[in-house]
Amino acid sequence: MTSGAPVAVQPLPRGGLGRLVGRRLTNWTPAVVVLVATLAIWQEAIDLFHIKKFLLPQPWTIATTFWDERRELLSAGWLTFQEAFGGFAIGCGVAILVALALARWRRVGEALMPYAIAANAVPIIAFAPIADAWFSPFSKSSKMAIAAVLCFFPVLVNTLRGLTSVRPESLELMHSYAASQIEIFRRVRVPTALPFVFTALKIATVLSMIGAIVAQYFGGSFNDLGVLINSRSQTFAYKEAWAGIFVACLYGIAFYIAVAFVERLALRWQPSTSD
Amino acid sequence: MSVVDVSGVSKTFTGGTNALQGIELTIEPGEFVSLIGPSGCGKSTLLRIMGDLIEPSSGDVVVNGKTARRARIDRDYGIVFQDPVLYDWRTVAKNIALPLELAGWDRRRRAARIRDMLNLVELNGFADHHPWQLSGGMQQRVSIARALSFDPALLLMDEPFGALDEMTRERLNNQLLEIWARSGSTVVFVTHSIAEAVFLSTRVVIMSPRPGRISSVIPNDLPQPRTAATREEPRFFELVTQVRDALHLGADVDRQPEAAEARL
Repeated sequence: MTSGAPVAVQPLPRGGLGRLVGRRLTNWTPAVVVLVATLAIWQEAIDLFHIKKFLLPQPWTIATTFWDERRELLSAGWLTFQEAFGGFAIGCGVAILVALALARWRRVGEALMPYAIAANAVPIIAFAPIADAWFSPFSKSSKMAIAAVLCFFPVLVNTLRGLTSVRPESLELMHSYAASQIEIFRRVRVPTALPFVFTALKIATVLSMIGAIVAQYFGGSFNDLGVLINSRSQTFAYKEAWAGIFVACLYGIAFYIAVAFVERLALRWQPSTSD
Repeated sequence: MSVVDVSGVSKTFTGGTNALQGIELTIEPGEFVSLIGPSGCGKSTLLRIMGDLIEPSSGDVVVNGKTARRARIDRDYGIVFQDPVLYDWRTVAKNIALPLELAGWDRRRRAARIRDMLNLVELNGFADHHPWQLSGGMQQRVSIARALSFDPALLLMDEPFGALDEMTRERLNNQLLEIWARSGSTVVFVTHSIAEAVFLSTRVVIMSPRPGRISSVIPNDLPQPRTAATREEPRFFELVTQVRDALHLGADVDRQPEAAEARL
């Protein structure tokens, strides 16, 4: 028999940092060019069109302001990140547990799902002032609560979709091996759901930062990034406000990349789009 | 003792579709039985009833002297679908080992069996690949290796090569016969293809729809082992014609145009 010849077989990807980073350096070049060009145009346009610098500071000004106040800004960012991360962990953790329960007891899931989807459409951020009343406005809890609720629904809906998107033949196969429900969960449903879960977790990183910062706009300790951005804006110190926004971006992006990195580690088996 | 004994099996789905009626079929050890018929004749349903994936509305299925349920719990059969149903997060070796893990085999025994199975389906060297790195034909071979890995008495195959191109299908047909000869298992094989049914089986069971029933059974006396040359023999063409005629009679072409779907 000569049919053992490999057909359309791609080389086996090896683990390691190269694959985890995913892209080669050359692939990043266009993105870096765009970034540099944008900053240059922004910098020059403000002089060229005589835009009031206190309304939209030049990137260089924001950068120097950040550098001068880096200690205060970064520690404010760290505090805010802790609140965002706490909310993220609680919201996502509870959402995944609830999704597992709803997938296991399908009847309950079918009864609750419409409400979960409806609740997902509620602008939860509107509750931020009230959350400050529920908890002490100076505590971390109120910010974590808003961040957690923001993270909860997208993670719940995505995880549940992942857990229930197993094909019928897959279940028939497991039944033919007399596999128990727990084995089907462990070996089929959970791995099938993982890509869905990570997509939701990445969305949740952004949501948790938004939740924490907006909640801080309505009150928080003076070291909070949201409080800092809010108070600087009110005193027309826009440079400092922009520097604060920059720090929020730094933490937000770092958080996102960290989760994306864990995703790469957890889903190493996935066909890579960049190879 | 026969491997499968189906007696008086009928199946009516909720909604009233009469999928099967009065099925009688006995399959002896080592047989290769094909179920062929137009869409809606209930051949896949019959296969799933034998495997206890669907319960019959009435009648009995005995597998290896046990109820179908008992046979399933005892892991008496392996199943192969049209879709290979491989798990992307598992390597080829781990996919093959899935039923062994569920049956509680220890690591060393699993490793030895994986080696044997990769040999059997000629996929040595692909143990650490992931399914998406293989061609469709290779994926289906992994699926067959997985189904045979735990030595089931009965191999149930539901149009396993239906999604593959004609050349790959013929090649896999040749390989399947070699695997069958070496493993000594009993096979029930659902197909749409007359040539495939004639080439593979020791017996061709012809089914017709509304209600799904067995319209005739054609014993296949083509000598073993069958090779690519078997497809050129006059007896092969005689049997193909015989099966095609039986299909058309059973399906009553004038009223049932979908009989044309059962193609050569």
